[in-house]
Amino acid sequence: MSKFRKSGNKELPPISTASLPDIVFMLLFFFMVTTTMREVTLNVKIKLPTATELSKLEKKSLVSYIYIGEPLKQWQTKYGVAPRIQLDDQFANVSDIGNFVIAEREARDEAERPMMITSLKVDENTKMGIVADVKQELRKAAALHINYSSRKK
Amino acid sequence: MSRKMPEVPAASLADIAFMLLIFFLVTTTMDVDSGLERRLPQWAEEQLDEEVDVKERNVFVVLVNRNNDLLVENEWTNISELREKAKEFMANPADDVNLPEKEPKEIPFFGEVMVTKGVISLSNDLNTKYGTYIAVQNELVAAINELRDELAKSKFQKPYNELETEQQDAIRDIYPSRISEAEPKKRN
Repeated sequence: MSKFRKSGNKELPPISTASLPDIVFMLLFFFMVTTTMREVTLNVKIKLPTATELSKLEKKSLVSYIYIGEPLKQWQTKYGVAPRIQLDDQFANVSDIGNFVIAEREARDEAERPMMITSLKVDENTKMGIVADVKQELRKAAALHINYSSRKK
Repeated sequence: MSRKMPEVPAASLADIAFMLLIFFLVTTTMDVDSGLERRLPQWAEEQLDEEVDVKERNVFVVLVNRNNDLLVENEWTNISELREKAKEFMANPADDVNLPEKEPKEIPFFGEVMVTKGVISLSNDLNTKYGTYIAVQNELVAAINELRDELAKSKFQKPYNELETEQQDAIRDIYPSRISEAEPKKRN
């Protein structure tokens, strides 16, 4: 009689999973495009300071990073708790910065070298003494364009 | 020849894609790097004493000591007041004799404008906290950015960062970002 007759014990058809790979691929491409690989493993603890007048680092390939902060727990027996500089994956001294800048510069194309930026990732509780030393070394190495990495307030 | 090729099973395709997806999920860092952009002065073997030929009224002295206190133009100042003070110094709207001199300058779009000769001088102690230093830098940069924005809005009815490059250059000429940093004092 009624149009919508309950169809007793008919089994539910299985959901087709044929489109699942497509969905996953879509997600995959999204992440592949938006991804930037982690550059280094941090050996120092860094809590960035906050600021409002931020500018973005546009081209990642032109940026070289200098990290300054307290060594992580597992390094403290070896390096102490005073803030240290990290270049690439290792601890470094102030005197290594000149060579680091030159190496970074050599790794880029000639045309890109003037646009290089040095990003300073420094813990907010660090004293200015070590930062000032680093800045002097950067000036000596003529890496004058710098960016004090900070979080949005 | 009419034999059909056996179909490639696609059931494991999802698994492979998932594996790749998880790999990218784990290695991803989404945050965009951003920060305060500054330019360091050129390195010179003999440090020039620039202060000599700059008149006192043209210099906005900001000192930060080891306890992260601020001394602005010989007055104890809170960091929240710094922005207003720096703006007043750079703009000098009433031509106060204690605030910086201005000199006429020919600038595109504006014609002849009085441009300030003011310089902001920032010096800090070796024991100043980096967080405080960035906060001070941020306020000074913000002061100049706000002045530029106000000028852009009154002249072109648009915020500064939406202007054409030539217009931005003109405004940058009127409000230059002149923040000079002295090297920290070695003595305590």
